[in-house]
Amino acid sequence: MGNQDAPVKTGTTRHFRIWRGDESGGELVDYQVEVNEGEVVLDVIHRLQATQAPDLACRWNCKAGKCGSCSMEINGMPRLGCMTRMSTFDDNETVTITPLRTFPIIRDLVTDVSFNYEKARETPAFAPPPDLAPGEYRMQQVDVERSQEFRKCIECFLCQNTCHVIRDHEENKPAFSGPRFFIRAAELDMHPLDTRNDRKEYAQASQGLGYCNITKCCTEVCPEGIKITDNAIIPMKERVVDRRYDPLVWLGSKIFRRGQREAEQTARESAPVGTAHSHAGASHEPGAEAEAERGVHWGRQVPQPQAPAVDSRGRLPISEFTFDRPAAPSPFGEDVTFPMPPKDLNYAHPEQKD
Amino acid sequence: MTTRTAPPPAGLPGSVRQRAAIAARTLRTDRWWFAPLITVIGLVAWVTYATVRVFMHDRYWVGDYHYLTPFYSPCVTERCLPEAAHFGRVLPGWWIIPDAALTLPFLLLFRLTCYYYRKAYYRSFWLSPPACAVPDAHKRYTGETRFPLLGQNLHRYAFYAAAIISAINTWDAILAFHSPEGFGFGLGNVILVGNVLMLWAYTLSCHSCRHVTGGRLKHFSRHPVRYRLWTFVSKLNVRHMQLAWITLGTLALTDFYIMAVASGWISDLRFIN
Repeated sequence: MGNQDAPVKTGTTRHFRIWRGDESGGELVDYQVEVNEGEVVLDVIHRLQATQAPDLACRWNCKAGKCGSCSMEINGMPRLGCMTRMSTFDDNETVTITPLRTFPIIRDLVTDVSFNYEKARETPAFAPPPDLAPGEYRMQQVDVERSQEFRKCIECFLCQNTCHVIRDHEENKPAFSGPRFFIRAAELDMHPLDTRNDRKEYAQASQGLGYCNITKCCTEVCPEGIKITDNAIIPMKERVVDRRYDPLVWLGSKIFRRGQREAEQTARESAPVGTAHSHAGASHEPGAEAEAERGVHWGRQVPQPQAPAVDSRGRLPISEFTFDRPAAPSPFGEDVTFPMPPKDLNYAHPEQKD
Repeated sequence: MTTRTAPPPAGLPGSVRQRAAIAARTLRTDRWWFAPLITVIGLVAWVTYATVRVFMHDRYWVGDYHYLTPFYSPCVTERCLPEAAHFGRVLPGWWIIPDAALTLPFLLLFRLTCYYYRKAYYRSFWLSPPACAVPDAHKRYTGETRFPLLGQNLHRYAFYAAAIISAINTWDAILAFHSPEGFGFGLGNVILVGNVLMLWAYTLSCHSCRHVTGGRLKHFSRHPVRYRLWTFVSKLNVRHMQLAWITLGTLALTDFYIMAVASGWISDLRFIN
């Protein structure tokens, strides 16, 4: 690769324009790079790094379209560098490569995608019934298949990047989670075991589902071929309509008391929290809990760990790129090491003299 | 590796990371403007034709064979020919009132709020966005979060109405197996039945229909019948866009054929009677 004194070059030399720069500005820089049969755009970038531009920044990892790292815009279309074959371009076609437009630039082709991690953190997690033990529930294949489509997501964020709601309107970012998190919401709302029944309201009120005008660009750019709009966003919009606008569903729920039954069922499923099943272990013996607690000295003073370093928004930074110190901070506190010294635990053996 | 110079890192006070300053508004090199363009041409042409026909108040009924164009079904104004008015004549016959005034508004609403047509006209008429990764033409954008676009949620009502109207169109197509001698069958019947089949396919492939048949379920495995229905609708739903255009075509073709026969430009090709 890029061996300049190779005796025979089989490839052709092609013209590339690559955006070079950082926050302070940048421009499209012209390069003539050798291209061989069977190569993809990421190969060309690697050759460029090996030959003419060793300081060209590019995020990549698996080169197999499964890690979602090498998202970039190739001739204006959001694509994965490793999945864009050079054979799809004409021999004399100029290939223009730019970073994702929707996210802040770090350098060259590398952008800061923390927006997506923040939205991920805001999305309520899977909530199985609290008393369900591992192995108690068997999911049927038809139920698995539905959410499996969304699990294929590799988080390349091409859908987030291409969505015009935030791509063209930066001011919508706080209110809009984006297609990737609509499929997450749909996946959980369609999960037979998920007990939260406010996901529709959440998607509408907090994720900004109403901002989507279903122009389907997310589906168009998804390298995993997930039918984001048809199978996640529109079903979620319809579920919101169920709750708010549909006369027949309203009538049906009055006649068959469906809503009440669901509510009762949810109440039944979640009722045991904090009662019979709240003790440690699986024993129903009444004395077991008291026995287990005998060794814990709740009143014992333990040193408080120093809080982890957070950024100005009071959150852990996403990566060292966006933080003022190397390596990610510990969520347990800067001064805590594992295993913790015994004196820092508020557990003591029943026979131990304090 | 990660040393930075002048701008403070994101997250520290006073710093908001900037996007890459790329001058070109879009760098797409393909013909991205082509799809919106043909959408505009197609929809404008169809709407023009339909408007002209709806306010023509003529040439909608072939008396010999009982052909009634879908644009006048059911014919409910006092202008209607008595034999064409299968459901009575209840509305006044002013020219401004379409003869199918009880159904056309719902069909218009059904298509306007259809998830496919929304994509089509948001992209091609509203340019929001005209194509993927091409900037949209508006300074502000609130999507479907407020009036009037909040009204897109009426799609469900429009779907129920459209299903009833498809049944009426089916009834029209059945009544059209007629000739002065009794039963009859001609090319017009093939066109009418083909149109009705396509209308059913379009109506049933609707995303709202997919949702009410089974999409709203959490447990497919507990509702096998509704799951089968959902699977069937899902297969149709994949073709919703094609069906949307095909039905525009069959509606215009059916109407034009009946107009041509009613005006005597052509005579219906009869297979039986």
